[in-house]
Amino acid sequence: MNEHEAVISVRELTKRFGTFTAVDGISFEVRRGEIFGFLGANGAGKTTAMRMLCGLSYPTSGSGRVAGYDIVTQSECIKRRIGYMSQRFSLYDDLTVLENIRLFGGIYGLAPGAILRRAVELLGRLGFRREARTRVGALPLGWKQKLAFAVATLHRPEVVFLDEPTGGVDPVTRRQFWELIYEAAAGGTTIFVTTHYMDEAEYCSRVSIMVDGRIRALGTPAELKRRFAVGTVDELFRLLARGATRSE
Amino acid sequence: MRTLLVLLDKEFRQFFRNPFLPRVVIIFPLMIMFVIPWVTTLDVRHIDVAVVDHDRSQTSRRIVCKIAASDYFTLRGVEADYGAALRRLEAGDVDAILEIPDRFERSLAAADPEWVSIAANGVNALKGSLGGQYLAAVVGETLAELACERGETLPNAAPIVQNRYNPTLEYRYYMIPALMIMLLVMLCGFLPALNLVGEKEAGTIEQMNVTPVNRWTFALAKLIPFWLIGLVVLGLVMIVARVVYGLAPEGSPGAIFLAAALFVFTMSGLGFGVANGSSNMQQTMFVMFFFVMIFILMSGLITPVESMPRWAQGLTRVLPPRYFVDAMRALYLKGATIADLWVEYVALTLFALLFNGWAALSYRKQR
Amino acid sequence: MKRNGFWAFVRKEALHIVRDPRTMLIVLGIPVVQLLLFGFALSTEVNNLDFAVAAPHRSEAVRQVVERIAANDCFTFRGYVDPAQIDRVLRTGRADVVVAFARDFDRRQAEHLRPGGEAAAGMGAGPAVQLVFDASNPNTASAGAGYLRRLLSDGDAAAGVEMHLLYNPQMKSAYNFVPGIMGLLFILICSIMTSVSIVREKETGTMEVLLVSPVRPVGIVFAKMIPYFVLSCVDLAVILLLVRYVLGVPLSGSLAAVVGISVLYLLLALALGLFISTIADRQATALVISAMLMLLPVIMLSGMIFPIENMPRILQALSCVIPARWYIEAVRKLMIQALPFSAVLREFGILLAMTVALVGVALRKFNDKLE
Repeated sequence: MNEHEAVISVRELTKRFGTFTAVDGISFEVRRGEIFGFLGANGAGKTTAMRMLCGLSYPTSGSGRVAGYDIVTQSECIKRRIGYMSQRFSLYDDLTVLENIRLFGGIYGLAPGAILRRAVELLGRLGFRREARTRVGALPLGWKQKLAFAVATLHRPEVVFLDEPTGGVDPVTRRQFWELIYEAAAGGTTIFVTTHYMDEAEYCSRVSIMVDGRIRALGTPAELKRRFAVGTVDELFRLLARGATRSE
Repeated sequence: MRTLLVLLDKEFRQFFRNPFLPRVVIIFPLMIMFVIPWVTTLDVRHIDVAVVDHDRSQTSRRIVCKIAASDYFTLRGVEADYGAALRRLEAGDVDAILEIPDRFERSLAAADPEWVSIAANGVNALKGSLGGQYLAAVVGETLAELACERGETLPNAAPIVQNRYNPTLEYRYYMIPALMIMLLVMLCGFLPALNLVGEKEAGTIEQMNVTPVNRWTFALAKLIPFWLIGLVVLGLVMIVARVVYGLAPEGSPGAIFLAAALFVFTMSGLGFGVANGSSNMQQTMFVMFFFVMIFILMSGLITPVESMPRWAQGLTRVLPPRYFVDAMRALYLKGATIADLWVEYVALTLFALLFNGWAALSYRKQR
Repeated sequence: MKRNGFWAFVRKEALHIVRDPRTMLIVLGIPVVQLLLFGFALSTEVNNLDFAVAAPHRSEAVRQVVERIAANDCFTFRGYVDPAQIDRVLRTGRADVVVAFARDFDRRQAEHLRPGGEAAAGMGAGPAVQLVFDASNPNTASAGAGYLRRLLSDGDAAAGVEMHLLYNPQMKSAYNFVPGIMGLLFILICSIMTSVSIVREKETGTMEVLLVSPVRPVGIVFAKMIPYFVLSCVDLAVILLLVRYVLGVPLSGSLAAVVGISVLYLLLALALGLFISTIADRQATALVISAMLMLLPVIMLSGMIFPIENMPRILQALSCVIPARWYIEAVRKLMIQALPFSAVLREFGILLAMTVALVGVALRKFNDKLE
């Protein structure tokens, strides 16, 4: 496996809704095994860009490839090779933990035996083997999010897209969540994550900062801090975001 | 194929886990089938009549007796003058007034007999007009009987009426197949729509859209449960019709289920398509409500299509239930066969293909 | 301060409605389209029957009778059929009635017409004409039998009968159905709107945000209902205009009385929606109750189509709890019979009592939930 091969590459990707340009000609690459932090204020266009990469939305112009497939013409091939965890918790509340795992395992074509093995393994690692038969709706938010991550990586995808995965959870759970991310990345999965928490940005191998639909900075956290002469990613973010004309 | 089974497993689990829906699907049809057939009669009976008899002859008394004896009428009294009777009609005591003119009996022998006058409350057009006609018929019969007794005309000159398929003229039998259709319209229209838009609002549909699930598989997994529900409910209400009302289908149950299956496909396809096109539950429900109301009221379920003006009759040609109504009644009451009803079957098949094709095409994973 | 809070909520609700033009269009459009469609199209009158003729000999006498029937507006001639095919013709729905002539129809007709003619021995055995009806719709069959009998009995014996229909001289079905359609549309649309808007806030959790505000829970509920009430009143105005000027129902009674009782009915429908919202905790549940479960009972038991006095006693009693029943009765009296408001006092009282009871129960349940 080539460490430097680009798993995601995007050229001049643009999305317009009427006269409003949500994503304005962004270009970047993400290499295999990276944890790529996709930062930006609310309304900067992060989610829109991510939805185009996942094959949920067509770009207005520009092109991109994910896991070797074109995002416009081969989106269904991409979907076999990625995992996705949306901003809103979106597993089925009225199914149990195990039923959700079985459902998504089945959808990705895992054999029943394999699903069971994966489920046991995942539940063990997350530490909620005893909750296997609990309905997801009854779990606390932090647990749900860990479960959603587990489900998104169930089929060992090449890339996992995480849209603000740690919104609204306590620092301890956030910490645990990032441990899961590291584990997955160590296994060779590329992580593409958006977040508001700038301390989390420091954990990423590389970050990009979006302002008003454009990418204003891109590089490793250390590189960027040096280039913009700031102490933390947080300061850098404030610096760039000050010029933003739109917010939520 | 395995994906479809996995998705179906999920749909059924969710359905049976819902605290409300499984009960609705069983109890609602049963309630409707037990209660509503007793309501559905357009038989006009118990028409309250007041008579204003100015003649007071043997003939007029005979007419009054006949009215009093009839099942259709309740004689509410003989009034002295028309004004008093009219006041009773306005108060809602009386539905129709029969006024027999002075010297009516004597005038019958003359070339130009006096006219009997009937005034009926037309607020309820059906009751008014039928009530009036029945009254006229009673007067005519009485006069014919009297003429016959005097040996003036032949008995039996009147044509004989034969009522096929429903010899006892039981209106209930006509309405029960219609009720079955209404149930299918509602269950298979509203429920799939709510189910799909529910996933949209919960955001779970997005999670589905980033998976490699084929959109036809997804649509099928959403629709199949409601097809089954529709057919199970139909079986259930057919048993009720047989046991409670003694109405068994004249035609073959296979033909009935085939027509019902085509119709159920159509309805659930419509529900699915509408949910795809709407942004929230309220909108979905209003749009479905619009269609359901039109389907129930315009396709001949309750009032006959033949009574509608021409343009409205033309409009009913594009309503799928219209064909199902015709087919169901012919199958249930007249013992028709699929060959007799090929037009209806073809129409239903086309609608099923059209609506489901539209439903599956309108569902987009990528926008 | 509290007052301002209340109106702030009203404004918020109004914005919800105005900002969703699609839903607003639907809410205003549905009643208009349906009222026009149903008002013009629905009719229970039997005025269009297809007849076929089975005659062994197509003699002149037969043809005369057929022409006489075909000349009537109610009947459409669908051709001659083989006597053996009668069942098939009826079963496939090609005709509603087959007029079957006897083999010796001509001879009998001649006998009958001869002045003072006596029945020849052995001849009166069978009827000369048989009317074979598809009686699967008993109404069509019995009305059709009445028409045909009169057409065939060539006007002998019966003295003239003169018939008037009071209040609805042209027998327009619109007069009959319009109050029913109004009763049906108002109650369903209003209760769908309110129940869903309240339950949605419960589902998304915004209700809790509202409840911690200084406005009392009762205030929040009423604030939610006011914009919907305004919207319903717009619907009412549009419908009354259509009823008067497009459907041509005279609205001969007091307009104020019609509007008054309609407004009360709208309030009742909103209260019903409020009540539903207290028993449903999901939008889907609220919608199934307000749109699906209520639809059939309202159509069937309100007297809109099926006369209440024909129902078995126990169902007549049941129909009393259906608000639409009282509204429809009252509007028929006011709009068509032109009776004064005093004639509908009973209905008005019942609707008022129902409204008060629903609001009371709903508020109590709403407050209980907050405990």
